[in-house]
Amino acid sequence: MNLLEVKNLKKHYATHKAVDDISFDIRQGSIFGLLGPNGAGKTTLLRMITGIFYPDEGSILLNGKPFEPQRDTPLIGYMPEERGLYKKMKVGEQTLYLARLKGLSEKEATEKIKKWFDKFEINSWWNKRVDELSKGMQQKVQFISTIMHDPKLLILDEPFSGLDPINSNLIKQEIFDLAQKGTTIIFSTHRMEQVEEICDHIMLVNKGHKILDGSVKQIKQDFKQGLFRIGLGVVPNAAQMATYHFTIINIHENTVTVKMNEDSSTNDILLHFIHQNIPVTYFEEILPSINEVFITQVQQTEKAPVATAAQQPA
Amino acid sequence: MNKIWLIIKREFLTRVRKRSFLVVTLLVPVAFAAMIIIPILMAVSGSESKRIAVIDKSGIFNNQLPDKRGVYFKYLPDANLDSLKRHYEAEDYSGILYIPEIDINRPAGLEYYSKGQAGISLETAINGDINNVIERKRMELEGIDKSKLDALRSNISVEFKSGSDEKKGNSWVAYGVGYASGFTIYIVLLLFGTSVMRGVMEEKVNRIAEVMISSVKPFQLMMGKIVGIAAVGLLQFLIWGVLISVIYAVIPLFLSPESIQAASQSNMMAQGNNAEAAEAFRRVTDVVDSINWSLLLSCFTFYFLGGYLFYSSLFAAIGSLANEDASDVQQLTFPITVPIIIGIMIMMKAVQDPGSQLAVWGSIIPFTSPMVMMARLPYGVPGTVPYWQLALSFTLLIAGFIVNTWAAGKIYRTGILLYGKKITLKEALKWVIK
Repeated sequence: MNLLEVKNLKKHYATHKAVDDISFDIRQGSIFGLLGPNGAGKTTLLRMITGIFYPDEGSILLNGKPFEPQRDTPLIGYMPEERGLYKKMKVGEQTLYLARLKGLSEKEATEKIKKWFDKFEINSWWNKRVDELSKGMQQKVQFISTIMHDPKLLILDEPFSGLDPINSNLIKQEIFDLAQKGTTIIFSTHRMEQVEEICDHIMLVNKGHKILDGSVKQIKQDFKQGLFRIGLGVVPNAAQMATYHFTIINIHENTVTVKMNEDSSTNDILLHFIHQNIPVTYFEEILPSINEVFITQVQQTEKAPVATAAQQPA
Repeated sequence: MNKIWLIIKREFLTRVRKRSFLVVTLLVPVAFAAMIIIPILMAVSGSESKRIAVIDKSGIFNNQLPDKRGVYFKYLPDANLDSLKRHYEAEDYSGILYIPEIDINRPAGLEYYSKGQAGISLETAINGDINNVIERKRMELEGIDKSKLDALRSNISVEFKSGSDEKKGNSWVAYGVGYASGFTIYIVLLLFGTSVMRGVMEEKVNRIAEVMISSVKPFQLMMGKIVGIAAVGLLQFLIWGVLISVIYAVIPLFLSPESIQAASQSNMMAQGNNAEAAEAFRRVTDVVDSINWSLLLSCFTFYFLGGYLFYSSLFAAIGSLANEDASDVQQLTFPITVPIIIGIMIMMKAVQDPGSQLAVWGSIIPFTSPMVMMARLPYGVPGTVPYWQLALSFTLLIAGFIVNTWAAGKIYRTGILLYGKKITLKEALKWVIK
């Protein structure tokens, strides 16, 4: 079931089209990566989904119903990239205030906050002022205040910026847990290694257009270039490597990287080594990283900004 | 509505809990009390008493100089100036007044010796006294009877009455009340307006704005702040009102009746007699009674709130345009502070001449009306300020507030989410029209 369905969303500013006809669906409980270079329109897109901006055109369905900001804000938790807390307020009061603005009663909010503070082991911070905390500690408080009202849709814009590896891991684990429990998560970033690690599904936008979207696995398959890394029992000589099934990309001692020719198969490659009587210690396909896909795709759209609007891999 | 209430509560509580709120709220009445008490104490204790040795070679001044306010003259007609100069301090004199033999028509050569500077008050007092004695002496020589002259002297003032019921009025009291309330409104507009602006800037610079806007509408956030700060202002004025009336009531208990009597006498008229002082008192109380305090107080509350609401949304809009660079804001506030300053300037004029064209229009146009109207009102409604002017001023201020809030809301909504870009006022005004 799709928690969010976005159809033909448009938002035009006086000088440029921030979001130009973007459509996508997000399955409930999935972690959806929203990728794009700076200024691609990610923030504008997210602001429309959170009800901060009204779209010029298009529709947003949340939970199957047309999205209505006033009614639906309690369903959404949004941690914007430009985020902060009231510096002079105490941590406890601050989180309580934000929870109450999301519609929780005072009692309910206090209970939830206590629970999360316990979980993150920050109970002693309750009476500390926000500006007494380090930046990483503030991030934790910020994360808790985003999720404490149990949103159905959690939107995190660069959630790991400013976090050390330990806290990053803590938050990452929490994101997985929440998704497991059925929370749908939109995760916006340009840190690609995190995307591969965390997301089930990604969408790449640039210049207000959707460039591609699909599952991480599928996209890697779609953009693979038939590269294989093969470990050999001996260091091969050039004569042993001559075949029309693949071309050699490089040889490093007894590891070779090859590109398979179009009408050959992996078994053809393996057979070649068997016939040459060269022992194969391992054989693996090299899939493109999302980072590589991202860079090549963005570069392509930069070159031909208009024509590629709806370009999709076959 | 529930959300806006939460915002109001937070804005109110965070400010009221600050130590600076407590300090300012307590200091103002203390300053007020000091303004009353210090002159009284000064009048009562006076400066320390001074004994002045008078060496009068002319014989005109013997026992003629009046002892008053801690200055006592001791006449030593036979003393030698040079020897006295050496040991006058040992004899407990603070100075020597030397009067040589003088020609009453061309007196010269009078001198005063003391170790330090005599001080302005003593100088003026001695000069005045000497001249009085000489004048009296001259009159005697010309055959003018002093008691007759005193009888002829006039010191009456015209009673100014206004309106059909012939209320007694006094422009000085109206002037004082008008000036004070006009000026208070001016301070309120600047102080609380800037407070709104700084609050908005804080939200933007701290990057909490977007977090907030994902839960509440920008307009709610803006109005919550404006109303919250208004509540802080009202509370502050309420506390001041209560404390000042308490101080006013309590001061007489600590000061003896004689001292108050002395103070009021010295303030009112140094040379007058008690009957005249009493008459002046009566006039002042008459005038204080002639002012319609309930009307004035309710109008003050209206213009206090109306003026604040009119300007605070504009201040909020400016705050939303701010970036980390505070100097940008200085420039941006200029268009708002200018009408306020023009307002206080018109107010100062209006309080002297409440019926002038400038005063009338200044009290109707909402940019200046809160200050200027408060300056005119003590002169009387409907005498000086006709009902239609008051009604028009009210209506325009309310309408102005609605228009401003609507326009400022549009600027605020866009500005608060725009980071890292310098926004000009021209751009911001485009957002209003769009």
